[in-house]
Amino acid sequence: MESRMPSGAEKLIQCLEREGVEYIFGLSGGAAIPIFDALVESSINLILVRHEQGAVHMADGYARATGRPGVVLVTSGPGATNTVTGLLTAHMDSVPIVVITGQCVTDMLGKDGFQEADVTGITYAVVKHSYLVRDSADIPRITREAFYISTTGRPGPVLIDLPKNVSQGPCDAPFVDDVELPGYSIPGRADPEDIATAAAHLSAARKPVLLVGHGAVIADAGKAVIGLAEKLHSPVVNTLLGKGAVDETHPLHLGMLGMHGTAYANKAMDDADLIMSIGSRWDDRITGKLDEFCLGAIKIHVDIDPAEFNKMVRPDVCLMGDARLVVEDLLPLVERGDTDEWIERIKVWRKRYPLKYPKQGGLRAQHVLDRLDALTEGRAIISTDVGQHQMWAAQFCRTTTNRHWMSSGGAGTMGFGFPAAIGAQFGQPEKEVWAVVGDGGFQMTQAELATAAIHGLRVKCLIINNNYLGMVRQWQELFFENRLSGVELEGNPDFVKLAQAYGIKAFRIRRPADVDRILRAAHAYDEGPCVVVAEVVKEDNVFPMIPSGAPFSSMIVEKPKEKLDKPVGST
Amino acid sequence: MSAAATPLATSSRKREQKKDVHTISLFVKNEPGVLVRVAMVFSRRGYNIESLVVSPAARDGFSRMTITSSGDPAILEQMIKQLAKLVDVVRAIDHTHDDAYETEIALLKLRCSPEERSEILQIAEHFNAKVVDYGRNSVVLRVYGSSEKLDAMTALLRGFDVAELVRTGKILMARGIGAT
Repeated sequence: MESRMPSGAEKLIQCLEREGVEYIFGLSGGAAIPIFDALVESSINLILVRHEQGAVHMADGYARATGRPGVVLVTSGPGATNTVTGLLTAHMDSVPIVVITGQCVTDMLGKDGFQEADVTGITYAVVKHSYLVRDSADIPRITREAFYISTTGRPGPVLIDLPKNVSQGPCDAPFVDDVELPGYSIPGRADPEDIATAAAHLSAARKPVLLVGHGAVIADAGKAVIGLAEKLHSPVVNTLLGKGAVDETHPLHLGMLGMHGTAYANKAMDDADLIMSIGSRWDDRITGKLDEFCLGAIKIHVDIDPAEFNKMVRPDVCLMGDARLVVEDLLPLVERGDTDEWIERIKVWRKRYPLKYPKQGGLRAQHVLDRLDALTEGRAIISTDVGQHQMWAAQFCRTTTNRHWMSSGGAGTMGFGFPAAIGAQFGQPEKEVWAVVGDGGFQMTQAELATAAIHGLRVKCLIINNNYLGMVRQWQELFFENRLSGVELEGNPDFVKLAQAYGIKAFRIRRPADVDRILRAAHAYDEGPCVVVAEVVKEDNVFPMIPSGAPFSSMIVEKPKEKLDKPVGST
Repeated sequence: MSAAATPLATSSRKREQKKDVHTISLFVKNEPGVLVRVAMVFSRRGYNIESLVVSPAARDGFSRMTITSSGDPAILEQMIKQLAKLVDVVRAIDHTHDDAYETEIALLKLRCSPEERSEILQIAEHFNAKVVDYGRNSVVLRVYGSSEKLDAMTALLRGFDVAELVRTGKILMARGIGAT
């Protein structure tokens, strides 16, 4: 008997299986029913979420934790528009995800059909590339291209909008292995002349700093970067998203730089005679006031995306290529620099300006995170939300392993941390995964407690609860005469009871004396998800701090006595 | 000014801006949405596209876009890199300082009395413009050549009653074997 011709949806799912997809994070709806139907007999596990934004962050967390693309499936109209925040998050942080959206039938496109939205139109600005599939015969080619584009070069989100008649109609097109994309190329090794120039600068530097960004994480360049740092005897700093590429406990590592980076990392940057950015895009969170950014330093910029060159700073040498390959090519050419004096100077700064927090006056987030770091010894995957807790986690939870830190860096998306941790736990079932979130951001995607519960995931969620949108409150306190506006989170639920309502184990930390005992209990709990609610002091500030748009010299390491000017940076 | 924005205005201020007008040539895959993606690179930075010509390329399935836009050269340089980054854009080249042949066509409709007509035709002749429509009270001229030539002719005709002006926008091709 002849086999029945597959539908477009069945072909799509077969293509996803060929791409090695293990999980699809999604939420069904009318226009996507044929695709969900095709999943019934597939080896791919469907993870049903409670809101589409959660699905995209899960796919994002899965991708960040594994390096493999995350896949999302949602329906048309509002289902698709609910993915936009997640797309922006992945786009800003170069995360490979493929988002498949159902669409109304092609005859109805542009006619305001039920649950129609011009999804490709709405998402142009937040995707690396996108497709509106008009012919089921294109499904194998488009699916292959989508995964190829999403995962190669500078990774990013790709969207496939699939009208219902296309997914329902027959598709006998063969599978596609090779892509033909004349407008798309993937840089590999940098120009040898540029490499030689950069190597000469590096060897001559007396006060170098290696600035490690997310590109180094994506390219798995950490080993090469450590090799380079050790050969040059150069200190290393990383951006928020660069955490993990190089072990932050390495003696040459100064931790995170930038607005809330360590004082010694920022002082080293400000005083350096050479800065090599490896996969960082000189974000405004790290450069502060551009006109005064590291004026005395030779700047070398390693990036796979040439559009990043000369965007923020004008580097002396641009090395276009894969971060790992570029650093590996530099390694044999550089010579041990005379940096002893420099390293000594940094040691003094490290001693004089350590990360610190008050030990009295109630429970502090920094204390909880400091102890979490000690307990997990850098071996856990930590996924943060956005705000004060994020900066404290970045400061106190030192990341030792690549792909063990995730945070919404570019977009600063509240609601990211918890679903991303769920996605990471699916991707790394053997690893201990902690979401570190604030009470504000957690409530934006807390519905995913159900997703964690029904799958019995061992993901742990630490809620730093100060009943405030704390980072904005901090700005209002420091720069707006403490005129608090729109920051008090009255009406927060009891998060312990909330977790319990989902059948999730919950712990509460009220006093500093409880911290170790409860973190250990949560660490040991392995029957499913658990929530730890740390009821921290309401008003606390993240220091050090470089006010937005200000130069490094404006860094404050503790609450200033005098009134500060309003920041001039955009955010 | 190179093209259609406000071509009749040739004040000295506009002339000063001329140095910042860039002509960018794109070789793109002819996919739905490619024009939007290209336009968004400009609109995101708040830059106007002053003229835009899209036409089929010699190779099936590909198109040519010739865009003029003015602004800070450093920002345009970055925008061209962002254009080149688009998956459907095969090549993006700034031809502003290149040796390229450029041309543009303009159609001008003038309301005129029989007395005015002879002077209009004199100007037209000087610019090698062709009369493509000859009416009792109107005349339609077609002229082609460099954008500057078209600017000059429209400026001279401003003293008359210009009813309509349509310009194609600039197209160009690199001279010799260089790629456009």
